[in-house]
Amino acid sequence: MNPILIAVFSLGAVGLIAAAVLYIASKKFAVYEDPRIAQVAEVLPQANCGGCGYPGCAGFAAACVKADSLSGKFCPVGGQPVMEKVAAILGQQVEVTEPKVAVVRCNGTCENRPRLTKYEGIQSCAVLASTYSGETGCSYGCLGCGDCEDACQFDAIHVNPVTLIPEVVEDKCTACGACVTACPKDIIELRPKGKKNRRVYVSCVNKDKGAVSNKVCKTSCIGCGKCAKVCPFGAITIENNLAYIDPEICKSCRKCVAVCPTHAITEVNFPPRRVINPAVANNVAAAQQKVAAKKPIEKTEQPLKEAAPKAAENAPKPAPKAAATVAVKPADEVEKKG
Amino acid sequence: MKTFRIGGVHPPQNKLSAGKKIETLALPKQAVFPLSQHIGAPAVAMVKRGDEVKVGTQIAQAGGFVSAAIFSSVSGKVAKIDNVYDASGFRKPAIIINVDGDEWEPTIDRSTDLIQKCDFSAEQIIEKVKAAGMVGMGGACFPTHVKLSPPPGFVAEILIINAVECEPYLTADHQLMLEKAPEIMVGVSLLMKAIHVNKAVIAIENNKPDAIELMSKVAEDFLGIEVLPLQVKYPQGGEKQLIDAVLDRQVAAPPALPISEGAVVQNVGTAFAVYEAVQKNKPLFERVVTVTGKLLPHPSNFLVRMGTPISQLIEAAGGMPEDTSKIIGGGPMMGKALVSAEIPICKGSSGVLLMGDAEAHRNEVQNCIRCGKCVGICPMGLEPYLLGALFEQSNWERLEKEEIMSCIECGSCQFTCPSNRPLLEYCRIGKVTVGGKIRARNAKK
Repeated sequence: MNPILIAVFSLGAVGLIAAAVLYIASKKFAVYEDPRIAQVAEVLPQANCGGCGYPGCAGFAAACVKADSLSGKFCPVGGQPVMEKVAAILGQQVEVTEPKVAVVRCNGTCENRPRLTKYEGIQSCAVLASTYSGETGCSYGCLGCGDCEDACQFDAIHVNPVTLIPEVVEDKCTACGACVTACPKDIIELRPKGKKNRRVYVSCVNKDKGAVSNKVCKTSCIGCGKCAKVCPFGAITIENNLAYIDPEICKSCRKCVAVCPTHAITEVNFPPRRVINPAVANNVAAAQQKVAAKKPIEKTEQPLKEAAPKAAENAPKPAPKAAATVAVKPADEVEKKG
Repeated sequence: MKTFRIGGVHPPQNKLSAGKKIETLALPKQAVFPLSQHIGAPAVAMVKRGDEVKVGTQIAQAGGFVSAAIFSSVSGKVAKIDNVYDASGFRKPAIIINVDGDEWEPTIDRSTDLIQKCDFSAEQIIEKVKAAGMVGMGGACFPTHVKLSPPPGFVAEILIINAVECEPYLTADHQLMLEKAPEIMVGVSLLMKAIHVNKAVIAIENNKPDAIELMSKVAEDFLGIEVLPLQVKYPQGGEKQLIDAVLDRQVAAPPALPISEGAVVQNVGTAFAVYEAVQKNKPLFERVVTVTGKLLPHPSNFLVRMGTPISQLIEAAGGMPEDTSKIIGGGPMMGKALVSAEIPICKGSSGVLLMGDAEAHRNEVQNCIRCGKCVGICPMGLEPYLLGALFEQSNWERLEKEEIMSCIECGSCQFTCPSNRPLLEYCRIGKVTVGGKIRARNAKK
């Protein structure tokens, strides 16, 4: 026979046999994968950040399909919208989870916390923490080398080059937790974003006695307990000379912020408070005199200037009303009304 | 001339304080005693606020087998027990004593005549060494009584006295040999008795010809003690390097100990302190410290009571130079930069080195160029460039396989690297992490 024909037939036969073997193998040894896993994986953000606690988005998809319910499972990058899509695919309910954000609980800027030594070693917080207690007198606070910035996949946290304290970009933070793990001092915490993105937290993790910590940082928490006493909801606990605000209980009333003697409690995204400073107080006093002159209220000997500081204490109330009350009633009753 | 066979570098010696006679430093106003001045468990304080102490009173007891007692170097009253910064750069608990007068415990023999006769048994010598709070004076501060008690199955064949002082700038051991040679020799013979050996070698580097000559002469009157000059090379004073230089034997990787090669190595300063402890009942509370630096007016060797702040030593050496930018506790190769000048002198403080900007300046870190110099000079035969790369990748498993725990942290690699890579720091921090993982693993078993 023609050698070319022999070659064509024999190779064709080998090809057909191989095709048949492959076809049988693909059917016999096929691994059944639930098609829903691929469907769920498609709606996930594909960041593979591990913030959900599973190995990558594929891992999370598999876990969701396998589980009986979606409770406890949350993709922080995709957030509520993505979880609802996943729930729709699997025909399950998803609970509403509050969005969280990373919070840096240290305000030891270069201005508040003087640097005593200069570190010239490997620029990593973990290495610095192993080498010595830090460039400042506070051995608990932020080291400023940016391990958190390096760990973030979403460009959401950057060390401010002037203050040397990391700042979180709220819109980009997905609360994946990478920076929390990276920080060797456990300074960063994932806290609920709060209503209107407003939140209150203690920006200090120093556990030394107040006298010791305040010597090395102006805005350290001294564990005095004033915040815990004034909190109407019991959200603040003092342990090891350090205050902590429970984010589940806190209602962001900001009474603690006002009363903290070292300004160690930080409020985020609130509108500026109407603070009566001395320059403004004089204007207020002048306005009060005008009002008092117009309205036919019993006049007392008490000059209105004395009333102004009391009005400053009862800041939230509009000034003229408070002044009128003080002019008429004795001091202790003002405390109740104010 | 003998030296160790693997690796080694030749940093400039800068022995600025060589030949300066040991001066006794004045007493401090306040003495600070950190409870962790040695390898092993921290000591446990025995005194409380208000207690009166004399020079030589025990103020802390050993916190375990591998631990050491601490004795007051001053007389006065205990002010408080508080956290202070020590040479490690961290705040640690310490006993703070306000100094009042200079009253010594009556049991201490303050006479200066040499006592050569010793009727104590080996066990009694080790007991007295332990009771004196003795630790290795070379800087590592390993409790001496533990080293003198080999684990079961190991037998000591030879005692090696480390009088090498390979760190640049430091001259404390050199000066001690020139001034206290007979006492040191008695101390060596006491150590020989304690570990039941009849052979001792005192290793001295060749840059100290006067010490070699004097010690050889004094050794003639003692049985079994030989002085061996060694070629100058850093880090000859490393235990494993010294054993290789003297005995031509290499100690296996950890957890093997030098005793597995039959050698017990002790620093020459320890030998002197052992003489004082055994023959004069003097616990460990003072030591010779070199205060040095190119900017310092008078580099000197001081006999310092422990607990003295280093600021006092710097004052006595001519005062802190204006452009001091770094204060190092120890030598320039293995010493650690100190966080303040109020750090107290501890059992392991062999030197205080002041550096100005020019000398302390670090050049910019660049990429590894794979030149292999670090591999050539590593005295433990490791590959520092690889350890550094693995550290950057946090590859702890492979770091353990590449024997990072064998690193002696001598600093030769960082000294040699042409790209200014912080190799010593990679190894140091890598050892801390890998060591922690090994301990956790062993604890689970």
